[in-house]
Amino acid sequence: MADTVAPTTPASEPDTTASIDLATTPDIHGQSPTPGAHDDHADHHGYDGHDDHGGEHGHATSTGLSNNKLAMWMFLGSECLLFGGLISTYMLYRGRHEGSPSPSQLYNIPLTSVSSFVLLMSSLTMVLAVSSAQRHDDRNTSTWLTVTALLGATFVGAQVFEFTEFYHEGLGFTTNLFGSSFFTLTGFHGVHVTVGIVMLMALVGMINRNKIPGNKAEVVEMIGLYWHFVDIVWIVIFTLVYLIPS
Amino acid sequence: MSSETTEIQRQISHAVDNLVEPGHTVDEPASGDHKHGLTDIGYVKVAAMLALMTALEVTLTYLDLPGGVFMTALLGLMVLKFWTVVSYFMHLKFDNPIFTKLFYTGLILAVLVYSAALLTFQFFSPS
Repeated sequence: MADTVAPTTPASEPDTTASIDLATTPDIHGQSPTPGAHDDHADHHGYDGHDDHGGEHGHATSTGLSNNKLAMWMFLGSECLLFGGLISTYMLYRGRHEGSPSPSQLYNIPLTSVSSFVLLMSSLTMVLAVSSAQRHDDRNTSTWLTVTALLGATFVGAQVFEFTEFYHEGLGFTTNLFGSSFFTLTGFHGVHVTVGIVMLMALVGMINRNKIPGNKAEVVEMIGLYWHFVDIVWIVIFTLVYLIPS
Repeated sequence: MSSETTEIQRQISHAVDNLVEPGHTVDEPASGDHKHGLTDIGYVKVAAMLALMTALEVTLTYLDLPGGVFMTALLGLMVLKFWTVVSYFMHLKFDNPIFTKLFYTGLILAVLVYSAALLTFQFFSPS
């Protein structure tokens, strides 16, 4: 496993000295690792689906954990604060529905239940994609990722249908505080799902073209964490917004 | 409610732990364990449990239950579903505890901050 840094010189000027072998470069503790040390590490551990040691990325970390994974969990922790704010705002204003039907008159529980089920099942297909990626099964990984994206698209389609229905029944974004807080909360969630679908499709394209550098399973796992987070946010929204009447 | 939820969580955890691949322990941290988690069949069973809990939630809304029981049951199921996805699908149960601490720090901070904010708006007062 050759850990190299891409040359910084222009392509027109071939530079044979710019490629640095990290295996012979001092690490963060100032120690020069033995050439081939990374290979020994990889041989000892085999392929690492959950490469907590940096593995193919060649990033030695003081915690021994993948920086990417740490950053993703920190990001998800901070997203809790974002959605907490939006949910709290909705809870405060759900009773302020002057000039529009009340939430209990508007909500279509059977439709939302089906779309919730669809999103829940997309979490299953996502975890199956991660499992396939850990087995180096690119074909099944791509298939499960595509199914996940399709289920996500179905959920977003149901949400667009719901929004359209609400608009026809007299609830717009600026109709009242209930409308503003409802559309902001569910809209933000819908945007998160849409971003997830784009990432999933990009990932499928990259896997099919073999364009993912480093640890492929970890990349799939990162996108999976984001997708599952979107699912758990919906678990909370479904209960607090739709099932508990104002 | 919290003690009941914890007991149910413990029972679900015990039931799901039986689905773990032979040779892999659920309590073992990620480092050094490359293929940790459930089998594919195990994930399907967890998803079936989640679907069942969702169906139960929806059924509750059609039953004429007293307010306190209804709210307790719904919030309990919500917490259980949340915990199941985070623990099993997001692998927090099998991963390094640092990830758990990072995520739950954000979550608990959010719950505390917004509960305080809602309190200042007298959201929880009976009137």
